[in-house]
Amino acid sequence: MTATTYKAGTRLKSAVCDTQIMILRIPPTPVTITCGGHPVLPMAETPAAGITVDAAHAEGTLTGKRYVDEAESLEFLCTKGGAGGLAIDGVALGVKQAKALPSSD
Amino acid sequence: MNIATLLEMAADTLPDRIAITNGETALDFAGVLAASRAAAAMFTARDVAHVAYLDINTPAAPVALFGAALADKPYVPLNYRLTPTELQALLERISPALLIVGDTYRAPLVLPAGITAIGTSAFFDACTADNAARVETAANDDDQAIAVQLFTSGTTGQPKAALLRHGNLSAYILGTVEFAAADDDDATLISVPPYHIAGISAVLSSIYAGRRMVQLPNFDAATWLAVVHGQAVSNVFVVPTMLARIIEHIEQTGAPPHLPHLRAIAYGGGKMPAQIIARAIDLFPSVDFTNAYGLTETSSTIALLGPDDHRDAAASTDPIIQRRLFSVGRALPTVEIEIRDEAGLVLGPEDAGLVFVRGEQVAGEYRDQGSLRDGGGWFATRDRGFLDHEGFLFLDGRADDVIVRGGENISPGEIEDVLLSHPAVADAAAVAIPDTDWGEAVGAAIVFHPNATATRADLQDLVRVRLRSSRVPGDLRMFDVFPYNETGKLLRRVIRDQFSARPTIT
Repeated sequence: MTATTYKAGTRLKSAVCDTQIMILRIPPTPVTITCGGHPVLPMAETPAAGITVDAAHAEGTLTGKRYVDEAESLEFLCTKGGAGGLAIDGVALGVKQAKALPSSD
Repeated sequence: MNIATLLEMAADTLPDRIAITNGETALDFAGVLAASRAAAAMFTARDVAHVAYLDINTPAAPVALFGAALADKPYVPLNYRLTPTELQALLERISPALLIVGDTYRAPLVLPAGITAIGTSAFFDACTADNAARVETAANDDDQAIAVQLFTSGTTGQPKAALLRHGNLSAYILGTVEFAAADDDDATLISVPPYHIAGISAVLSSIYAGRRMVQLPNFDAATWLAVVHGQAVSNVFVVPTMLARIIEHIEQTGAPPHLPHLRAIAYGGGKMPAQIIARAIDLFPSVDFTNAYGLTETSSTIALLGPDDHRDAAASTDPIIQRRLFSVGRALPTVEIEIRDEAGLVLGPEDAGLVFVRGEQVAGEYRDQGSLRDGGGWFATRDRGFLDHEGFLFLDGRADDVIVRGGENISPGEIEDVLLSHPAVADAAAVAIPDTDWGEAVGAAIVFHPNATATRADLQDLVRVRLRSSRVPGDLRMFDVFPYNETGKLLRRVIRDQFSARPTIT
């Protein structure tokens, strides 16, 4: 698996589940993004046959949640939830806890 | 992120939930997305630079907004209260454009070159037709693409074209709205016009929260109460004049409001008079109140006074906490606010100056002037105010409205608050009037309650005792009614223009 340099605004999809993400923020250095233990793919690409969610990376994703690394140097928006868990260079991402705000409009 | 992604996510998660209704037509979330994709195909085929919308709130407005986003063309909602001449001047500035327009507003218009028009109903029918051509994905995911262009009223000269990029608006929504957090039976009443920033942000917030929108095209208090009841509305946003009229109506009819579904009243768009909000809290004891402060140039709300802040202020005996009811609350977690003096020096708590704001949602940009943010990303709101020790922001009028008397800055607000405390005074505005000795002097425009009056000496004494002699208005004039814009902002320029022609209070 080769590391890739991404830019904000890129949409990606899981190779093994329904998960889709949009990159909101990412450092300008090559990284490997995985979902369900397998590298994510550009939206137009067809996943390889015969691969499934790795049981060690099956935390699941939820639509509308934002996923960040510990340093919050990168941030993904999950635009479609799925069964796999997101990781960056092998380190699982966490859900960004947002403060609940009252509706103002 | 393209703002259409917000809709795609909602349509994917809650396809069958009703997204929008105006009492006649309803669309579910999947329906809004399908119609927006058809609108995008139409806009792309037209080869126009902008998509304009000139009508009251209808379900076609959000379809045009998201359709324009998918087609990567700026959406330009226009103010239907402008004259045909004013509208034609704005249309010339966005040509070539497709204009979606209601019949009432189309008739008197002479379309400038490059503007093609389609009726609102014809547009909506074409977008909701089963066999309409549709785009599948957004033409652009570029944060820097322009999503919305709003012509701001401005106090002088031509309206300015404020630009809001996809990145600004999506940062605001992702920072303030929890995805699909609305319950099945939640509904929000959209009573601000579609050409106002609050009308845009209401659509985006409601879509992302999965909250049904109920459109109220023309506000009057009786209709508002009937629709909130009849459509089981849970959330409303009101500007001060609307809330004042609702309270007046309730008090005149003597019927206590029976709105069992109403849970939250958000207000903003202008200074809320203290007696109005206090009365509203009395009338709706179980409702959560939220005060929102924001500008067109900041993609709507930048500071919030939430329900707990309202309750804490109401319950406290500490004057520092009590007065927070009259603040606009604290900066959103994703926004920074600071106060600077005229020289640009950052001021500490309790020191009044100019309000600056910074954050991803802050656009601070106009079509012809470019970005007005400084090197650090800060945008001058042109509002005056101060922060308390816990970051609550208190506003003190527009920088442009300050009266400069012999080098001394005088805020109209403090004088108005004192004048309003006189029982005969229904409305008061302090404005700068030319003065040969002082450069500017304090003039006071007064609207009396029906059958009530006060003398010049009464009003001057009141200000002298409560403030100081430099604040005492030397010229007092009687007005029948004050000019307000549709969101409740006092049009001080109009008052200044009319001032010398109004009768003197003796």
